[in-house]
Amino acid sequence: MKLEILKHFEDIGERFLLDISELDGTDTKVAGIYCLFAPTELVRAAGAIPVSLCGKREKPIADAEETLPPNLCPLIKSSYGYAVTNTCPFFAESDFLIGETTCDGKKKMYEFLGRIKPLHLMHLPYSTTEPHAISFWRDEILRLGRFLEESTGQKIDRDHLRFQIRIHNRIRKLLERIARFQAAEHAPLSGLTMMTVMESKSFFVYPEKYLDMLGEFIAEMESVAASGFSPFEPDAPRVLLTGCPLGKGSEKVLRIIEESGGAVVCMENCTGVKGLDLLVDEEEKDPFLALARRYLQIPCSCTTPNIGRINLLDRLISQYRIDAVVDLTWHCCHTYNIESRVVGDFVEGREVPFLHVETNYSTSDVEQLRTRIEAFLEMAGCRSNVRFANSRLN
Amino acid sequence: MIPQQNESVVGIDIGSRSIELVVLDSGGPVRQVKVPTTFDPLGQCRKLMEWTGGMRVVATGYGRKLFAESFRLEKVSAITEIQAYALGTRYLHPEAKIVLDIGGQDTKVISLSDTGKVVKFEMNDRCAAGTGKFLEFMATALQVPLEEFGGFALGSDRRVQISSMCTVFAESEATSLMARGERPENIAMGLHAAIVQRTAAMLRRVGISTPLVFAGGVAHNLCVRQLLEEELRQPVIVPENPDMVGALGAALYGRNLDRSET
Repeated sequence: MKLEILKHFEDIGERFLLDISELDGTDTKVAGIYCLFAPTELVRAAGAIPVSLCGKREKPIADAEETLPPNLCPLIKSSYGYAVTNTCPFFAESDFLIGETTCDGKKKMYEFLGRIKPLHLMHLPYSTTEPHAISFWRDEILRLGRFLEESTGQKIDRDHLRFQIRIHNRIRKLLERIARFQAAEHAPLSGLTMMTVMESKSFFVYPEKYLDMLGEFIAEMESVAASGFSPFEPDAPRVLLTGCPLGKGSEKVLRIIEESGGAVVCMENCTGVKGLDLLVDEEEKDPFLALARRYLQIPCSCTTPNIGRINLLDRLISQYRIDAVVDLTWHCCHTYNIESRVVGDFVEGREVPFLHVETNYSTSDVEQLRTRIEAFLEMAGCRSNVRFANSRLN
Repeated sequence: MIPQQNESVVGIDIGSRSIELVVLDSGGPVRQVKVPTTFDPLGQCRKLMEWTGGMRVVATGYGRKLFAESFRLEKVSAITEIQAYALGTRYLHPEAKIVLDIGGQDTKVISLSDTGKVVKFEMNDRCAAGTGKFLEFMATALQVPLEEFGGFALGSDRRVQISSMCTVFAESEATSLMARGERPENIAMGLHAAIVQRTAAMLRRVGISTPLVFAGGVAHNLCVRQLLEEELRQPVIVPENPDMVGALGAALYGRNLDRSET
């Protein structure tokens, strides 16, 4: 089944570029962002348009390695490679960049990126729960606000910020509803399609139009869901994919899981549902404090301890009736690689099979990965062959 | 020409270095063949398959998908090596709790439940460090035939430390040891010890239990076997034909498919 409306999601990058080109000659600025920690409400409140520049493809990595060490995570190298080769249209459109100190690799890479375009670096606290962490992060949000005001020449009006907060909360709620269709017994979308839908959240010029598009999609999805259609086999093991972000160009693990008969019904990562359940408090008098509180709750492995991720996984495993969890981490992503053991202990403690896959964007290990993932799905017990092993053969 | 028996099933394990084929009838394995993979695995398979017409075939190993797609037989299916080694080991050693398989380009550790079900497994990533390929390179570097490499290493009088598991780095490490006048037997021992340490770490990650069955081509290597027993302080069971376990497991899987259809 192919929904017409999916085309809008597939083409959203081109749509973005078209809409931006129509704004040529105006004062509208484009802010290149790299992470879920960037408070996009604030960017919009300053009249700028945020767009994700997170590198998802192998192609520019070789060029990045002229400057950066090869044993660095592919996401950092790809992001930098696109910038230094000027091969990403979204980077080309960006007037300035916003980064966060989410890891050592990124924060040092931003020093080089800052040589190419104006870059504002937000300093993240490692702890997310200490009271002084909240006030520190609020100060960082204010500091970003001043940078934005200088860069756009537009004052951030508190009421407009509150308006943007409401819009962004609505977007999160709609995206969450879309993700939740997959919790049904017959998940109506493949994980690959859902990835395309979710990726759209970083590529829109007009939030209201985007909200309309999500609303239309939900209406169509409701009829698909009612029909009981699913692209998966009825006994396909329901897989939750967690770990590092992935997207078009770095979806190989997601693809192999689905080619091997698994149904990726949920992705707990920055390109999936992470953060969709975290809304900014619209009632809080101080919108900067409300933003600080919301953004610091993002359960990223760069914080310690990262209890939020375990709580989220716990909830998702139940909500999406998960049969198996795959933790995808990129090479040299220390925080996610180390945290994998914590996640594995937790998931196995819930008696859900767990597989950690550490890889990069290249295709050199696709067949090895296929063997591991196929065997993992076999083990997850959802194929009938398991019973054969239960009796001595002969 | 083997007389065609309806109850016979074929298991074929298409690995990176060799292809093994097992024919199973109701009494057990009746034929076991091993050929090198070469640069033309399909050609090799075709030769092996000439006399298996009509039988159910189950493929495993890296070539399993290629095989299943190329030989459009009526009864052909594919399973992973992990499943195949679990089934094969269970048949040969029903008491086995953990399987170690070191093949041409990967190492696998599979933990089995009391009923022989795969509970957990580990497998090396893309790199063939510490596998049969590593031993092959090192044997070549020391100019010892691969089959004799384990025995050669056991002739050492002291163990030198080799810290690199990367084939290229380990070779440079071995070269600098040779330049210092170290006996080749001692270097060989160091290389074997490095493999065993890496393997033991993988076993510990899955959880060591006993009995442990050691299969795959590298199980032929006496030195790896001996060092593994020392490191783990427990006996290691090696099947009579350790490299046939995967093909046997594939055949056993096929037999059960046959049975479930009738």
